[in-house]
Amino acid sequence: MIRRIAFIAAAPLAAFALTLVISSLALVVFGSNPIDAFSDMIGHASELETQVDILNRATPLYLSAVAAAIGFRMNLFNIGVEGQYLFGYIIAAQVGTMLALPAIIHIPVILITAMITGGLFAAIAGILKVTRGVNEVISTIMLNSIAVAGIIAALQGRWQPEQEEFTATTLGTAPIDDTGLLPNINGLVEIFTREIEQGGELTGMLLVAIGVGVAYHLLLTRMRFGFDLRASGLNPFAARAGGVAPKQMIVAAMFLSGAVAGLIGMVELAEEGRFPADPIQGLGFAGIAVALLGRNHPGGMAFSALLFAFLDVSAGILQSTQTATKEIVNIMQGIVLLAAVIAYGITKRVQTREEARATAEALQSVETNTEVTV
Amino acid sequence: MSAILKLPAWLRWPLYVLVGIFVLTVVQSISDTERLTQVATAREMLRFSVPIFLAGLGGLFSERSGVVNIGLEGMLILGMWFGAWGSIEYGAWAGLAIGMAGGALGGLLHAIATVSFGVDHIISGVAINILAPALTRFLADEVWESPTTSPRTESVGDWDVPFLAGGTIFGNETPDILLSIGQTEIWFVHDVAQLLRGLLRGTHFVSYFAILLVPITTWIVWRTRFGLRLRIAGEDPVAGAAQGINITRYKYVAVILSGVLAGLGGAFISTELSGLFQGGNSAGRGFIGLAALIFGNWRPGGVLIGALLFGYVFGLDLRDLDGTASHAMLLVNTIALVGVGAWALSRNRTTDAILAGILGTLSFIWWVSSDTVPSWWSNILPFVLVLLVLVFFAQRLRMPAALGMPFRKGDS
Repeated sequence: MIRRIAFIAAAPLAAFALTLVISSLALVVFGSNPIDAFSDMIGHASELETQVDILNRATPLYLSAVAAAIGFRMNLFNIGVEGQYLFGYIIAAQVGTMLALPAIIHIPVILITAMITGGLFAAIAGILKVTRGVNEVISTIMLNSIAVAGIIAALQGRWQPEQEEFTATTLGTAPIDDTGLLPNINGLVEIFTREIEQGGELTGMLLVAIGVGVAYHLLLTRMRFGFDLRASGLNPFAARAGGVAPKQMIVAAMFLSGAVAGLIGMVELAEEGRFPADPIQGLGFAGIAVALLGRNHPGGMAFSALLFAFLDVSAGILQSTQTATKEIVNIMQGIVLLAAVIAYGITKRVQTREEARATAEALQSVETNTEVTV
Repeated sequence: MSAILKLPAWLRWPLYVLVGIFVLTVVQSISDTERLTQVATAREMLRFSVPIFLAGLGGLFSERSGVVNIGLEGMLILGMWFGAWGSIEYGAWAGLAIGMAGGALGGLLHAIATVSFGVDHIISGVAINILAPALTRFLADEVWESPTTSPRTESVGDWDVPFLAGGTIFGNETPDILLSIGQTEIWFVHDVAQLLRGLLRGTHFVSYFAILLVPITTWIVWRTRFGLRLRIAGEDPVAGAAQGINITRYKYVAVILSGVLAGLGGAFISTELSGLFQGGNSAGRGFIGLAALIFGNWRPGGVLIGALLFGYVFGLDLRDLDGTASHAMLLVNTIALVGVGAWALSRNRTTDAILAGILGTLSFIWWVSSDTVPSWWSNILPFVLVLLVLVFFAQRLRMPAALGMPFRKGDS
């Protein structure tokens, strides 16, 4: 058991160590002191307000990672999380604007709208794959560009509230009533800690994200659909022989992946109260990185979402303390990902070899035992 | 139709292109735009196509050796930064070389991950696509004190083809034949002349080189021993290994070469297309190059046609400020979809024909009921085009048989 845990932990730890070495070298080469930089980062992360920032950042990253992981689990590469969440985000924001309901209905309606929109948009790639044989990697990348450059721009222009004076700036969609905005959960945290200062608000979506993580775990380990999903990923031919309908599985998995992606934008929606003129972007690709680093495991992804969020938040800290360029954190994210991916490749090979050896030894002992009995 | 299919490819493709230009001319004569066949349109088309084509050709080498390469985008971005840096520090030609080296670095990473460590090709590609922009932001911030922009870069310059487009030979001026033809009012002929002149006048050296790469690549991949072994690595590596071919080495060479080509495409963007390094200026061209590769059925000529097609739409959009040319393109789309529908009918593929018919009708209705199209439509047209092409032709394509499969020495 200990051996197994060591096996699982070795790769990410090695990757992280390598990342520290390479990024320190990069900092030294360009004349910054890595120890100062890292201690700045860690020092700030021990403050409650920074921790709230980290959790606020980790929440959408985690949702994005789960969205990507659902596809990865059946060898389906949904690279289009980016487009799916922005599309779900703007539609949900507009639906939220048009409704006046009590909070207990208003909020779920908005969240479900985002999920359905993201899911349907992702399902396009699934349908194209099963009916027309279009590779989902290319189609989701194209749908990304179509969503970001086309649909969002078109809808943003159409849905922006009428301004009394003409200004060239876009405002985003009209503001949503307070009943549609998920409240923060500062109160829940402050039971255990001191009061959160500096106007920090811990997003209520954190609870939703935890719920999604639990649901993802249950789906994979306790439900028929999750079993079919994993079986299709491991061996599509065997899964098919076992009665899994591959086409329906592909479309369903893409829908589910897009539905979770739809929730990503809801974190910002709760803060901004509208789809803003300049919505947060890049979470889709970051989520893929988090999923790969966390090996599609609900706990592993939570850990890597926190790591990426810590690095992202540290960028702001480095910018204010000037100990190092803030771009170093992106490098660290990139290197830790590539190193981890390679390290996982190595451990997989070692593992296969060890298993083969163990099987061979077991077989040999069976053979010797047989000889003894004969 | 069957007579056309019997023609050799080098004759058939130019014929298709002529048919395409003919359609453009017809559409143009009934719309209020002249941009569809202007010299500048062809020039912009080529400029936009070159990075797409180079990325796609890089993908060809990599994928012919069996390694899926969606890291092309990242390699292109590396080429953009290194190309700009080299051009600023050491001059224009060095910039191109350093850009290629930067791309090669990305290729090497991809080869190490996929070939040596058996990492899933798409996962490694995604990792490179995430690492490359981060690295270039960092380097740009350290070197130019701005994470997103560099100073102006130096370009290696351009060249006019003598006689056809009025270039000079040893300082002597030559006639500009295509200009003379383009100035005549002969229908269709002057449109062809204008488009051709756009390709041959004021064209960047890298663009000429890129076009030359079509026959060169064809020769390397299909006529040399190296190419044969490269293709074996992508079709049946186990059989190749049994013949004593060092499959690992061929995959390495191919993937690094794909990085070199994508890097050249990136250097072209930052030294010629934009004139500086700017974060985000890759604009997904690596991915579109991959789409051109699939469109071109993993063949160099096809990749070029695909890249030109996507480049045409981008180039047209750039100069089409009032949206009239994009509006005319709706009719071109309609005609193309009708053509696809007819082709599908002749092959008894009813579903395809119905689908093409529906989309063609929608496109036609839009054309009739409007005068211009909104700018967001022109922004997404290239991507819609990629999807449409894949929707209708994905099943006719033949990719290398062992594409994306891991191979280790000793596998059987």
